[in-house]
Amino acid sequence: MALLTDDQKMLRETASSFLAGEGAISKQLRRWRDTGCTDGFGTDLWKQFGELGLTGICIPQEQGGLGLGTVEAALVLEEIGRNLTPSPFLTTAVAAARAMEGTAHGERWFPGILSGETVLALAVDESRRHAPEQTALAAERRGNGFLLNGAKQFVVHGNSADMILTVARTAGSPGELDGLTLFAVPKGTAEVESVNLTDSSKAARLKFENVELDADAVVGEVDGGWGPLSRALNAGRVGSAAELVGVAAGASTMTVEYLKQRKQFGKLIGEFQALQHRAAHLYGEIEIARAAALKAAELLDAGNDKAELMTHVAKAKAAAVSKLAVQEGVQMHGGIGMTDEHDIGLYMKREVVLGELFGDTYFHRNRVAELSGY
Amino acid sequence: MADLDAFRSETRAWLDGNCPPEMREPVRSEADICWGGRNWTFQSEAQRIWLERMAERGWTVPHWPRDYGGGGLSPIEAKILKEELARICARQPLTSFGISMLGPALLQFGSEEQKRRFLPEIARGEIRWCQGYSEPGAGSDLAGLSTRCADKGDHWLVNGQKVWTSYADKADWIFCLVRTSTESKHKGISFLLFDMATPGVSTKPILLISGSSPFCETFFDDVKVPKDQVVGEVNRGWDVAKYLLGHEREMIAGMGLGGMGGLGSGSLGTALKPDNPLVRADIAEFDVDALAFAAMSERFFEMFKAGEAHPASPSMMKYAGTELNKRRHELIMAAGGSDALEWDGERSKNGKAARDWLRTKGNSIEGGTSEIQLGIVAKHILGLPGA
Repeated sequence: MALLTDDQKMLRETASSFLAGEGAISKQLRRWRDTGCTDGFGTDLWKQFGELGLTGICIPQEQGGLGLGTVEAALVLEEIGRNLTPSPFLTTAVAAARAMEGTAHGERWFPGILSGETVLALAVDESRRHAPEQTALAAERRGNGFLLNGAKQFVVHGNSADMILTVARTAGSPGELDGLTLFAVPKGTAEVESVNLTDSSKAARLKFENVELDADAVVGEVDGGWGPLSRALNAGRVGSAAELVGVAAGASTMTVEYLKQRKQFGKLIGEFQALQHRAAHLYGEIEIARAAALKAAELLDAGNDKAELMTHVAKAKAAAVSKLAVQEGVQMHGGIGMTDEHDIGLYMKREVVLGELFGDTYFHRNRVAELSGY
Repeated sequence: MADLDAFRSETRAWLDGNCPPEMREPVRSEADICWGGRNWTFQSEAQRIWLERMAERGWTVPHWPRDYGGGGLSPIEAKILKEELARICARQPLTSFGISMLGPALLQFGSEEQKRRFLPEIARGEIRWCQGYSEPGAGSDLAGLSTRCADKGDHWLVNGQKVWTSYADKADWIFCLVRTSTESKHKGISFLLFDMATPGVSTKPILLISGSSPFCETFFDDVKVPKDQVVGEVNRGWDVAKYLLGHEREMIAGMGLGGMGGLGSGSLGTALKPDNPLVRADIAEFDVDALAFAAMSERFFEMFKAGEAHPASPSMMKYAGTELNKRRHELIMAAGGSDALEWDGERSKNGKAARDWLRTKGNSIEGGTSEIQLGIVAKHILGLPGA
């Protein structure tokens, strides 16, 4: 694996100071949670993402973006995770942007992503389990377009989105990858139920009852939706893995600091070997999860044929490690860790949502086994 | 770049012409590994020729300077050589503690005279070294060692006992930590080299739970050692030892990769074909951890070379790698069922599964226990108090 280039290190610095400053928990997550905002994130901050050029990382240069890759997106997402910054960056500027690469929908939506004004979401899951190949939402040909019937859930930012990339079945049966089609569903088309999630972010449940879409709503090819969808899912999975690494690193840093301040029995609790060894184990696991996420990002950017395998490894590993980090974080903080006043619990809430997004640990372990032929 | 391309094609051509076909077969057992040394019996003519030819070019230690028997290759050339060797699945011509442990210490701390005397014979595989570190009373607390080394004017006189000395019964020379002063625990230790054939040195193999005896007890009874065989300053041997332990941990951490060799060569599940869904789930979890660790190893070596790795990070790698290897063998036993319990005979390849499994239990003990490594990470990386 190549080490980060100087440009990549600079980008990480930019993201780090921006998100630790403007994106801090007190300025964003707590503010929007406690004022009951409808988006679950700050629209001004989203514009600042655009002003800094961060929203253009995955958009080609000829379309006004930076033309960078998943590695760079991962660097930003780790900082988002570390600061628990609520933002539509992952769904909009990474997953959706990747899906629309080389399509007319890219031309349509990239300018708004670049300026940090557009919010996009991805509608994949139809049950409590992530299982894209099981998609049943029906899109029947009707006249010049399609008629959609079915439902989606866990559509992160679906309540705020200007457009929702929705995967539907135009042929074949659930379980098959062929016959899926990706649709750009504009705001106000499907029925949206806004749902508050555990981490104070917002998602939507969508209902499609005889929703009519024009033929030009199709992203990519009819029945060939797996192409753009898998681009979105791979980027989304590696991106969420990187964000989870940030969540783990943030929780772990906060916890190690606490071990150096809190005194019991006349000593700093960080002097107790029982806690030292757990903290040291966690440190190593976070380093390993970060290496896996960066490796997967690098392979994706290189179009390597091991990229898909490593993407599953990265998400499975990052989710497991992040879970360990937040559990140890709350436990080692003791009573204060259970209070709403302390931030460590917020890390636990974010982890559980991100861990589920684009497939949980078990989903990805199973895919690793399948891809390895057992 | 043109130079490197030329280097690659010359290297490829030379290897094609000089690596015997038998040396391109996978290593099947311990017996296929060439350790060299005064008493070495080559397993085959091919093994002898392969070592001789590679040593001739300095390619047993490609990155060491030519003056000391090395190949004088730049890091990028050494990498190309490694890739070309891997391309034809060439075996290592020589495996030795001289190359992996003593050599780096001598290059860093040895006198010019010591480098010229000891390094070339390591590179050529003429002298096999062993490491005298642990003692019955100094395991995890290594600096508590008490093997006495008295200054007798024209020579040192060594008395005491070492334990867990790998292959001491087969080694020609030993690099050994001895106590030259009792005034300071850490600053009373010296790093001494001597011939295992010196009168007063004796060894006794230790039988392990796996049935093998790779380690010995080593006894020193009035062993006379010439004065010029201390590496670095007298009483500052702990600096050399710490430097060397870093190398040892890197090497042991590499075992976490098992036979996977990075991302290229498949998974444990592919090899085991688990028939029980719960075992399959555990193996899938292992494969995720192993592939993630492989990515970490790659990143670690890159960072290490670039000087970006934390000096205590080999401890993290050693801990993670060895714990992973133990899990790997637990799963091999679980998937193997009662087949894996057979202790000898052809069918079980002389009890390979069970013996290998038992042997891995030492991985998280030798070279510093997992608990010692976690303590080092807690203190030096996390900065936790009193660790």
